[in-house]
Parts: sequence; structure tokens; C-alpha cells
Amino acid sequence: MNLDELQKMAEQEREVKEGQPQKIRVCMGTGCVASFSDRVLQALNEKCKEMGLERDVLRLEVGCLGLCSNGPLVKVDKHNTLYQHVTPEDVPTILESLKEGPGEGDICPTDLPFFTRQQKIVLENSGVINPDQIEEYIAADGYLALLTAVSQMSPTEVIAEITHSGLRGRGGAGYPTGLKWNTVAKAPSEKKYVICNGDEGDPGAFMDRSVMEDDPHRVLEGMAIAAYAVGADQGYIYVRAEYPRAIKRLKTAINRAERLGLLGKNIGGTPFSFHVEVRVGAGAFVCGEETALIASIEGHRGQPRPRPPYPAQSGLWGFPTLINNVETFANVPSIIRRGAAWFAGIGTEKSKGTKVFCLTGAVAHTGLIEVPMGITLREIVFDIGGGIPNGRKFKAVQTGGPSGGCIPEQFLDMPVDYDSLKSVGSIMGSGGMIVIDDSSCMVDVAKYFMEFCMSESCGKCIPCRVGTAQMYHLLQQITAGEATMTELALLEELCEMVRDTSLCGLGQSAPNPVISTLRFFREEYLAHIQERRCPAGVCPITATEGVLSHA
Amino acid sequence: MPGLLSKPAPPSEDKRWRIVEATMRRNGYAPHALIETLHSIQETFGYLDEASMRYTAASLRVPLSKVYGVATFYHFFALKPQGKHVCVVCMGTSCYIKGAGTLLETVEKEYGIRAGETTPDGEISLLKARCIGSCGLAPACVLDGVVAPKVTPENLLERLKELTGQPAAAQKNGASKP
Repeated sequence: MNLDELQKMAEQEREVKEGQPQKIRVCMGTGCVASFSDRVLQALNEKCKEMGLERDVLRLEVGCLGLCSNGPLVKVDKHNTLYQHVTPEDVPTILESLKEGPGEGDICPTDLPFFTRQQKIVLENSGVINPDQIEEYIAADGYLALLTAVSQMSPTEVIAEITHSGLRGRGGAGYPTGLKWNTVAKAPSEKKYVICNGDEGDPGAFMDRSVMEDDPHRVLEGMAIAAYAVGADQGYIYVRAEYPRAIKRLKTAINRAERLGLLGKNIGGTPFSFHVEVRVGAGAFVCGEETALIASIEGHRGQPRPRPPYPAQSGLWGFPTLINNVETFANVPSIIRRGAAWFAGIGTEKSKGTKVFCLTGAVAHTGLIEVPMGITLREIVFDIGGGIPNGRKFKAVQTGGPSGGCIPEQFLDMPVDYDSLKSVGSIMGSGGMIVIDDSSCMVDVAKYFMEFCMSESCGKCIPCRVGTAQMYHLLQQITAGEATMTELALLEELCEMVRDTSLCGLGQSAPNPVISTLRFFREEYLAHIQERRCPAGVCPITATEGVLSHA
Repeated sequence: MPGLLSKPAPPSEDKRWRIVEATMRRNGYAPHALIETLHSIQETFGYLDEASMRYTAASLRVPLSKVYGVATFYHFFALKPQGKHVCVVCMGTSCYIKGAGTLLETVEKEYGIRAGETTPDGEISLLKARCIGSCGLAPACVLDGVVAPKVTPENLLERLKELTGQPAAAQKNGASKP
């Protein structure tokens, strides 16, 4: 299929859609399915059959509609109404509303800041298209960027466009994407690889899963554009085994795209070929680190190796390899289609575009949000998130998972971008944003993350393997009320040592949750040590002979 | 060299080994297909035993020590058969701050097993997950592959009892669902 044929097909698809009957969208994101949206869909199908509406009402299975806490969500296009907490019993009311207009039923106001304050690029098709239908993606201008790039742009022009857009890696560290592509493109080699990092291991983060599940073609298109730019012909998407639905969707998507000649051999009738395979991870947090991920694709234990050489010079099987995160690739088609200037117009000076966050924890509205860079934390927590429920008080926002930190109230008005978050000892991370209220103990939170890093340490280098275990032990003593100031001093010393001497990002950032809680919530540590009490009442200080642990 | 071409025989006559065989063939019996092969075995048989690891090692021509190393390195691979029903408690950050620890303790106490163990009658395996990505519905568990949102200790025990088909505890007489 070439560019003209693609545009014709998109046109036809849009015409078909215009003429289509009423549409009801049922959210089939993991969140809503867990609240049994599949039963709602089944009831809807049965009821339509019963009422003879099968042809008049189109029932669409769409990806995440965002507001997971109020699921299952059902959207009726005709009067643009979003029904929340839908049960199979609500189906007649919803069908009735097609005639009468929305009246009864549990309606979620769509003018909530949760919806209006978002700006969608990566998620523009989530909840709109059926992820298993490539035609719907094409109707939404899908693959237009890829075919434009391969038929009308040179690889250098593609890289220049990405560089000018100011896109930075969405995996957490924020390395400029254009620069990375350029390094791989310049590496002299016959064979090169493109890898998409879908090993979203941070607890409290699920945006990559949503992107892969809701809009798999967007990720594939981004990868193919990258492959064209750097000169690769083979790609791998490394997905966690915990995301079976994403794996299935991606495999279906690859298959469909290959059949239309949008992936595989001679894409768009040009000499450019690109094959993609899905590789399934097996549950190791460290595989999010690029060299460990490469080891895992090669069939080894996921242990990192020292850098340099960077994967851009010597990656998969020793060949130059481009590794980007799912969300980074998902931004690429929009940038090529709408231009670097458009993208660079969104966000702050050094952080361009939008970022997808998983807003969870102690906020009223939990779910998936996409906001422009530079928005303040206060807007995210109190406007979009709807504030802290149950009359509790805000305490901190945790970003960046086990590699990040906790941001206290005094920084709520800080803009969210790579550099600001770093300046307060946290990181952007992949996008987990967990709101913590005053019912949580910050020492316990630090202990939780340390336990995570301890058991996820791959064991290759000593600072991380032994250091995290020692720090966890010290935190256990503190939360049990058995520590003195000597232990606290030791903990601080270990933090520095592990940070400075570990081999990879896991170890280097493992002390971050401790360092940031010590910086902003030191009084809580002191209360545990000097007064032998837990201010939040979480830690079982009274226990004398060791605390129950799940290590 | 006919010796190099002869394939090792599967550990048993079980026809399901063909699925595993197909995975290896698709990857050209290359050593880098190790993780894919182990996935295939676990998907087919539920866990990895010694015989299956020996078979994998021989088929892909990698040392048994490496197969064992990889199988034990990744959390996803189980070396022991799991119980009839599997209860996974998510220990992701959102679930944790919303009380996943209490959920785990409750099940541990009720069934006398710790995370990673199976009840002696082989009915229930208790596992904990790093994060199942259902953070918007915290705390969440996965019961026999189905995500259970916003779980409380009480309704978790109730659902486990429904799963195992045991009559529910005294306070829930007559209210058992099919």
C-alpha cells in the first residue's frame, strides 16, 4: 500500500463511519474490565438483539476512557454522555436515552477538570478507536506519518524533525530523542536494531500498558519511523508477561499491518523493510534498564553491563541498537504528521509536549491522564484529581516509582517537567504519580520501596545487592522502634555509597526514596527513633521481637 | 553430521510437548529462544520441572545451569506446581498504601500459608505481584486470572471461599452465591 492508497482508504473509512448508525462505546480497558465492563457489553449485545436494534446501534469495544475509579464507563456518542459505574441492569436506560436523550442513569459530568484540563497526543485514540481494527487507526490518520516519511523524507530529515520537536525520552531520564537517533544513525553497521521498551516495571504505573492495549498501531508506527531514520530493519517490542492483553493486541496489530504492507517487506512500495517481533519479559524490574533488557532479549538473565559502550554503538548481539520507551515512540507519528514546531509549542522551554501520568493513591479521581508539561502538581492533584477524599490531608506526591522521590506540599506549585522534578530530588520517571495522604507513614513508604529494590536487585554488583539489603534492615529497625541515631547516620552514609557506586540505574537510584523522605519528612524518622512512636500510626512499634515482614 | 541433527526426545509422551516444540522450531532452536521456550512450557504445563529444563537445555544446546539460572532469575517462572486456585495480591505502590499488606496478612492467617506457598491440600496458592497495573482500582487482587478491584479483607476471604467451593464462614450462612 502506498501513500495515495492509504489516504484513499482513510477517506473511505471516514465516509463509512459518517454513515454509520448510533454508537455506544464500552470501555474495555483493564480497569473497567476488572469492574466487569465485559458483562455490560454482553448485556448490551443481548438487549440490542432482543429489541431488534442490532443494525441501528453500533457497539464498540474501546480502550481506556481514563477515569478508572468510576468504571465501568460507557459513552453514548449521540448526546455525548458518559455513564459511570454501569451495571448490566443499566443497559435498558442507556438504550432508552438514544430516543429520549440522556435523563436517568449515573451520568459522569464530562466538564470535570479531570477531562477538560487534559491535552491528548499519545492518548488521542484511546477510548475512541477499536484497537484490534487497523482500519479505525487508518481513519484517524494512522500510518500517514510513516508512509510520508519513507516516501517523501530522507532519514536525516526525519531525525532533524524529531530533534527540533524537543522530544525527550519518556522512560524517565529524559535523554533527547533526536540525539539518540542521530547516534544510532551514524554508527557504521550493516545491521541495526530498534527496541521498544515496554517493560513497565514501576509499581504504580500503567500508562505504557494502556498505550499498547488501546493504540498498538501508534507504537508500531513510531518504531517503524525510527527504524527508517536510523537504518534498522528489525525491531523487538519487549513487553511484560504481566500484560497478556497488550501482548495479544500487539501481535494482532503486527499481523494486520504486515498484511496491508505497512510493516514487513518494502513498506509503502519503497525499498525500506522493517520486521517487528514481540518479546515477552518474565518479571524482572531490572529489565527496564536498557543493557539488562538487551540481555533478556538475547535469552540471558537480565543483568546489566557497564556502559560505555552504549547500546547505540553496541547493543543487541553487538549491533547498534536504538532503545526507546513506549510513550516516546507513541509521540513520533504525531510529530511527523503535525510538524516539529507544533510539538515544540506545547510544554515548557526544556520539556516539550505532554506526559501521560497514572494518577493513583489518595485522590478522588484515579486513572490515566495526559497533561502538557509545565502544569503544576497542585493542578494535577486538586483540579484533575479532585483532591484528597475522606477528609484527609495531603502529605506528598510520589513520582518515579522506586527510583523517584516524595514531593511535599511546599512544592505543589512547581511546574511538572524533567528539570524541576529533579531539582527537588525526584524524577519524572515513567509516569506513576501516587498521592499520599496523612494516613501513610513516610518511613514505611521508604521501607516499601527499599524492599522492592532489594528483591529486584539482580545481584551482579555488590553495592546494590548488599547495600539495599542493609538499608532495608536499618529501615526495619527504625519502623520497629529499635533504632538509635547511630542507625540513622549509617543509613544516610549507605544512601550515598549505594548511589555513587552501583553499576546501573536500579542501584544508583535505589536510595532516592530514602533520601527524599529524609530531606522532607525527617521529623517522622526522628519520631520513630527518639519518641518510639509512628505519627501516622502505621508502624507496629509496640512489637518487641521483630516486626512482621513480608520480605 | 547426523549426531548434531538428532533431536532430544521430550520428557513424556504428552502431546502438548508439540506446542513447546513448535516454539523452539519457530526460533530455529537458537539459544536466545530460551526465555520464549520456558514461557511456552509454563503456559502449557503450568510450571517448570527438572525434566522440562533438561529437555530445553538439550534442545537449545545451552548448559543446564544456564536454564536453571534463567528460570530462577525471573519471578514469572514457577518451579513448583501451583494450587487449583491462585490468589495474587498486588503489592504495587497504590495498593500498598491502600492496605495490600493487610490483605496479604489476612489470607496468610486464614490459610496458614505465606506468600509463594500453596495450601497442603493443593487448593489455593498465594502469590504477591509487584504491580498488576490496576492502580486506579487499588487495592486489587487477581483471583484465578480475574482482576478483583477495591478488595477488602472480608470480601477477599469470602471470594476465596466461593472459589474453593467451601461453605462460607458462620457469619455468612445461607448467602452463598453459585
